Amino acid sequence: MTDLVTPRVSTRRAIPLFGSLWPIAIVILAAFAAFFLFPYDLAFLTRIVIMMVFVLSFDLILGYAGIATLGHAAMYGCGAYAAGLFALHISPDPLVGLLIGATAGALIGWASGLVLLRTHGMTLLIISIAVTMVLQEAASKARWLTGGADGLPGISVSPILGFFEFDFVGQVAFIYSVCVLVAVLVLCHVLVSSPFGLALRGIKNSASRMRAIGTPVYRRKVTVYTIAGAIAGIAGALAAQVTGLVGLEVFNFSLSADVMVMLILGGAGRLYGALIGTLIFMTVHHVAASIDPFNWLFVIGFMLLVVVFALPDGLVSLPARLVRFLRRA
Amino acid sequence: MAQGLAINGLSKSFGGLQVAQNLNVSLPPGSRTALIGPNGAGKTTFANLITGVLQPTSGSILLDGKDIGNLSEAGRVRAGIAKTFQITNLFRDLTVRENLRLPILERKGLSSSIFSRADGRPGVEDEIDQLLRSFNLSPLADRQVRSLAYGHQRLVELALTLALKPKILILDEPAAGVPSTESHLIVEAIKRLPSDLSVLIIEHDMQLVFEVADRIIVLVSGAVLIEGTAEEVTADLRVRRLYLGGVHG
Repeated sequence: MTDLVTPRVSTRRAIPLFGSLWPIAIVILAAFAAFFLFPYDLAFLTRIVIMMVFVLSFDLILGYAGIATLGHAAMYGCGAYAAGLFALHISPDPLVGLLIGATAGALIGWASGLVLLRTHGMTLLIISIAVTMVLQEAASKARWLTGGADGLPGISVSPILGFFEFDFVGQVAFIYSVCVLVAVLVLCHVLVSSPFGLALRGIKNSASRMRAIGTPVYRRKVTVYTIAGAIAGIAGALAAQVTGLVGLEVFNFSLSADVMVMLILGGAGRLYGALIGTLIFMTVHHVAASIDPFNWLFVIGFMLLVVVFALPDGLVSLPARLVRFLRRA
Repeated sequence: MAQGLAINGLSKSFGGLQVAQNLNVSLPPGSRTALIGPNGAGKTTFANLITGVLQPTSGSILLDGKDIGNLSEAGRVRAGIAKTFQITNLFRDLTVRENLRLPILERKGLSSSIFSRADGRPGVEDEIDQLLRSFNLSPLADRQVRSLAYGHQRLVELALTLALKPKILILDEPAAGVPSTESHLIVEAIKRLPSDLSVLIIEHDMQLVFEVADRIIVLVSGAVLIEGTAEEVTADLRVRRLYLGGVHG
């Protein structure tokens, strides 16, 4: 035991900051393929990409830190309104607009997190819903600023970096959204591989043990909630810029619930599960709703049940399960 | 200058219920003190008062002469007080190596770092390897904690706590739930703890207490009944009547 005091000289080499980023290369290749395979569905694909950014932000708080909320739309909505108002009244620059969306999302994440994260379980869920409802009601009442129920129409942004103007087909919007997704993915990858990311996983496993090793658990939770808020704000800003419209539905409870379903479907706490879950959810939603506009939720519900019972770690765990099954066979 | 932990006149009450009554205990460096007592005697409450989970109604707690009574739970860990839990409390989805990495990163003030990797830091990984070797856990380093036998989980918890390099270590029933075939692992690990570390062991297993403790405090209804060596405690008629039932001595 005495050798604890005198550790031996290290022969290890530090692992590079970005580690293995090949899954991100796959995402870029998949986006590249989708661009050419579905040239007439780029608007829908862009919506999927934006939602992926949003679900990634939720993965940070639910999948990694274990903070279950049903009010994630609050940050998305604030980001969307902030970017929309910025484009309408101050500057049409899309990149600065994203920054404004991120700041708005981070601010509302930080402010609400200070209160929310002092609570747990059902109380946390209910207060998170309440925060979103208050923001929705505030946006509805402040017609002079937000347009109320009519929303903020006519948002237009200038060409990206002064060169790439948003086109009618949606090619630039798709590429722009994919670039933002990749940037967010790299950021999340760095974050979850860091000591801070490990601390989040520790908090999810046992907050009491984390306190017992001296970690300021509350502070860590507020920090990740603020970061997730910034990313959700980026998703909201992206949606505002691409669609040119922000309405009260950005604060809808169903949006927060959908995000949770997408994450659980794909697999929480794995980043790429968020991408898979979003892709499957939105594609099934799109196809099922076009076949039966009234009962499409049945398909989603059935799929969720199957995944929860058969693949509790989400669809992202399917390949590993198959490999294990084949080895046993 | 006072050394180690000195607890003076510590009391705690919940409304009309007094769970700690004017406790005066000192844990000098290198001491091995056992805290025993029947269920509900206030042993875990006492540990929670020291670690800052509970705030005392009155009294003071001095560590190396400094009052730590106003520090938070995390602050007391940084000051040098660490504990293991009565029921194993680990990061069950993480590997043994990751479980040990967390307290080391925390102790070194690196746990809030975002733009660097958690793994592969030479100083940290070497320290983890040392701990793994010390507790014979090296073959299990990359296994998820949830897949380990309970005895090994207890060892991981002990290693995790030692990774904080504490001055005072509180072991809350370290052998609780451990099968008799694995309990020798715990006893051996406690015996091999650093000699300058003050250890407070809360335990029901009297055989373990007699094996590792050089001083025993008997707690009854939140108050110290007797404090002394194993011989003194087992010879005390009140202890035999109230706690040991006349088995020992």
